[in-house]
Amino acid sequence: MAETMQFDLVSPERSLMSAQVKSVQIPGADGDMTAMPNHAPLITTLRPGVLKVETDKGTEEFVVTGGFAELAEGLSVLAERAVPKADVDQAAYEAMVDEAHAAYKQTKETSKNEPGPVDDAAKLLADMVAVGTHIGLSPKQPSL
Amino acid sequence: MPNLKDLKNRISSVKSTRKITKAMQMVAAAKLRRAQDAAEQSRPYTERFNAVMGALAASVGDSDSAPKLLSGTGKDDVHLLIVMTSERGLCGGFNANIAKLAKAKATELLGKGKTLKILTVGKKGRDAIKRDFGDYFVGHVDLSEVKRLGYADAQGIAKDVLGRFDAGEFDVATIFYSKFVNVVSQIPTEQQIIPAAFDAPEGDSAEATTLYDYEPDEEAILADLLPRGVATQIFSALLENGASEQGARMSAMDNATRNAGEMIEKLTIQYNRSRQAVITNELIEIISGAEAL
Repeated sequence: MAETMQFDLVSPERSLMSAQVKSVQIPGADGDMTAMPNHAPLITTLRPGVLKVETDKGTEEFVVTGGFAELAEGLSVLAERAVPKADVDQAAYEAMVDEAHAAYKQTKETSKNEPGPVDDAAKLLADMVAVGTHIGLSPKQPSL
Repeated sequence: MPNLKDLKNRISSVKSTRKITKAMQMVAAAKLRRAQDAAEQSRPYTERFNAVMGALAASVGDSDSAPKLLSGTGKDDVHLLIVMTSERGLCGGFNANIAKLAKAKATELLGKGKTLKILTVGKKGRDAIKRDFGDYFVGHVDLSEVKRLGYADAQGIAKDVLGRFDAGEFDVATIFYSKFVNVVSQIPTEQQIIPAAFDAPEGDSAEATTLYDYEPDEEAILADLLPRGVATQIFSALLENGASEQGARMSAMDNATRNAGEMIEKLTIQYNRSRQAVITNELIEIISGAEAL
């Protein structure tokens, strides 16, 4: 039997998954990474993306919109919002993109002279759009 | 002595009041279960979050580069009190207790010569504080349209608060809410959220000394997490408050139902007595009338 580690996926509203897993693919802010048992302790922030969990029984996928992951003995992912991939349909996805788009527009207005927050919001939006391709929905292109 | 018809009317009106309070109690009980569930569901997140933040905060420590949300602005002149109460009344001392705590704090701060700002969440608390501290209100969040509290609601409030903080409107923020212990006991609580105060990791030295890699670097993570921390704390306060409110309402309505029952008993006795008195009176009249013949 392959080595496993404890994995917890929690969002503020509920705990979505808690199980022994073989590996987890995390959409880290600086790039995707795969966490396996005995990984070095790590804390990373998440970008919007797909979290792929590999267990003995098969693979489960979740769409997360951000948050962070703590990897020590086991892995805890604290997602701002996490939804099982199967539950994300086109409408839900578009709502998420719209939300990111609105946030982007607002940031652009409120901090006109600071490129930092605007770039961050733009990246968030781009990531959000990219999620669509990953989960096999037609990506919605917001007008920038 | 009130006449028979009045008594009868009163009894029936108390009876219908009892029906209403009984119904409200049952509704509150059902809602309480839901609110309690929600509060419990959110607990793992909050706990893990605080543990990680505690570790992070400890490692960044008091360095000058620490974000303002953690280290504060260096002053504590302007205080923002965020008072969370319910949107509806009829829940016993729930709102009054929170308002009392907030008022005590407000008086204390004013006494020390600090500037005061108050943000209210929930209509009832606003009404209770308005008379004494209405001049200090800077905003109000209305949750009466919200059926089921979501994280998004907390994020909205957090965004408002953080916006004010970034604009330099205050130095210290404290939230007031009611901690849910059980149905009969809710503790009004004050908690400072800005600058963030995290419980130190509990004696678990093994975990506290784990050396983490950070990706991106510690400060970027901290800068990303601190605003989330504010939202998380507000969210858990909102949930605790929701459960407390229903708990308080449930026991208040239970008392009201019992009181109504007692009142009905008393009134019924009074009613029967006066009915007997009337009958006796009539008999006396008939008898003395017959004797006079």
